[in-house]
Amino acid sequence: MIELIDLHKSFGGNHVLRGANLKVEKGESMVVIGGSGSGKSVLIKHIIGTLKPDRGSVLIDGIDIAKLSENELYETRKRFGMLFQMAALFDSMKVWENVAFALMRHGKLKDKDAKEIASEKLRMVGLIGVEDLMPSELSGGMKKRVGLARAIAHSPEILLYDEPTTGLDPIMADAINDLIVEMKQKLSVTSVAITHDMHSAYKIADRIAMLYEGRIIATGTPEEIKNTDNPIVRQFITGSAVGPIKIEGVTA
Amino acid sequence: MINILFKPIECIGRGITLFWQTFIVFTEELGRILLLLCSAIKQLILPPFELRNTFKQIVEIGIKSLPVVLITAVFTGMVLALQSYTGFKRFNAEVMVGTVVALSLTRELGPVLTGLIVAGRAGAAMAAELGTMRVTEQIDALETLATNPVKYLVVPRFIAGTLILPSLTVIADIIGIIGGFFVTVTVLGANSSVYWRRTWDYLETSDIYNGLIKACFFGAAIAIISCYKGFYTAGGAEGVGKATTGAVVLSSMTILISDYFLSAWLFK
Repeated sequence: MIELIDLHKSFGGNHVLRGANLKVEKGESMVVIGGSGSGKSVLIKHIIGTLKPDRGSVLIDGIDIAKLSENELYETRKRFGMLFQMAALFDSMKVWENVAFALMRHGKLKDKDAKEIASEKLRMVGLIGVEDLMPSELSGGMKKRVGLARAIAHSPEILLYDEPTTGLDPIMADAINDLIVEMKQKLSVTSVAITHDMHSAYKIADRIAMLYEGRIIATGTPEEIKNTDNPIVRQFITGSAVGPIKIEGVTA
Repeated sequence: MINILFKPIECIGRGITLFWQTFIVFTEELGRILLLLCSAIKQLILPPFELRNTFKQIVEIGIKSLPVVLITAVFTGMVLALQSYTGFKRFNAEVMVGTVVALSLTRELGPVLTGLIVAGRAGAAMAAELGTMRVTEQIDALETLATNPVKYLVVPRFIAGTLILPSLTVIADIIGIIGGFFVTVTVLGANSSVYWRRTWDYLETSDIYNGLIKACFFGAAIAIISCYKGFYTAGGAEGVGKATTGAVVLSSMTILISDYFLSAWLFK
């Protein structure tokens, strides 16, 4: 279970998170929506501990990861898998080495065994025969799939998705959504995704939370979010430029 | 009237502010480099050891820099011989050419020129690679895969840099002396046994190993500075460009400045 309590984070004078509270139950798929620059990425980086909060706590199964030592934190991260926005594949390694990275490092597997597991994980995300390619030879959609295979390779309990559909064509985006749903069913993981793609959010979420001005202003099932009265959430999910949300850099 | 009176004071004030800001930026950067160095040393002594990666970096920095080092060393030796021969001839001291070439190379030019070449070639490559990994979130990906990026990326480059630079310097010293010999004997027609005797008579082992100590220091400095620049890159492709330039400039300056102080300390 993941719990964020009164999370505050500033960068210089920019107060990004201003008391965010969020609870994600075990096995649940939570999607955090919010505009560009609303602090979604900062929020997800706190969950995996690559950023430390100025105030507040991040509890993973009741343990505050901001208070862990460096080694304990790295140990905790073995329970996580993360898919990055641009996949963040290691471009100096072959596809299978990317997928098997954590297995070879932490599991001390031989190359041959690791490659076999990598092939199996690649098949799970719908890729066959790409093991020996370099990441630069892959299309955007394939990179995301490899990124997903890498994230699930060490059988994590928690999966984090950073804008999983951004930069993909609508069909490829939907294929990734299907994969995320499939992962949830097959691996029964807890997942947190951040996105501003509402189509994706409705499809993959058990619950949706909206981040606005550094706080979670609404949570609910996709149905509840669709029928909300909250004018800010309404404006966001309908994608209207007119409403209470101020567009950064644009003056009325 | 008042304007004319206060203008110089304003200029002085601005100058002081600018100096102070530059000083703050410099000390901040130095502090962060030292913090990265401490973190790298800590990770260096803790297992597991990154043997595979370190070996890869030794090949990357060492073997690939070798051709440029060889060419630079041989021509440096040759020009040293040529210049000192024609210069020394004015007071009939041509016989000292061998000594001048050997001492200049082992004490000074071997480590410094090798350092500058490695800074330009391998330092730039390190900063560009780590910088690209930073802006494409590959360093974040390492963190999420429970891998300490300092241990995985910085430590192998640090070890490789510190070990490789003295090795390259030994080769540069030898090749440079041979280059000097070639010019003195075959081009200028001096006696070959005199060249060798003058080389060995005045060359002390301390000249060689103090030169190599300098090389170790330069190698470590290049690696940590370039890794620092790459590791903390921000701002996309432009940021990577700045990091690369910054790594080469700062490494080269560090080599040239520290060379003076190291020489003053080592060759008392």
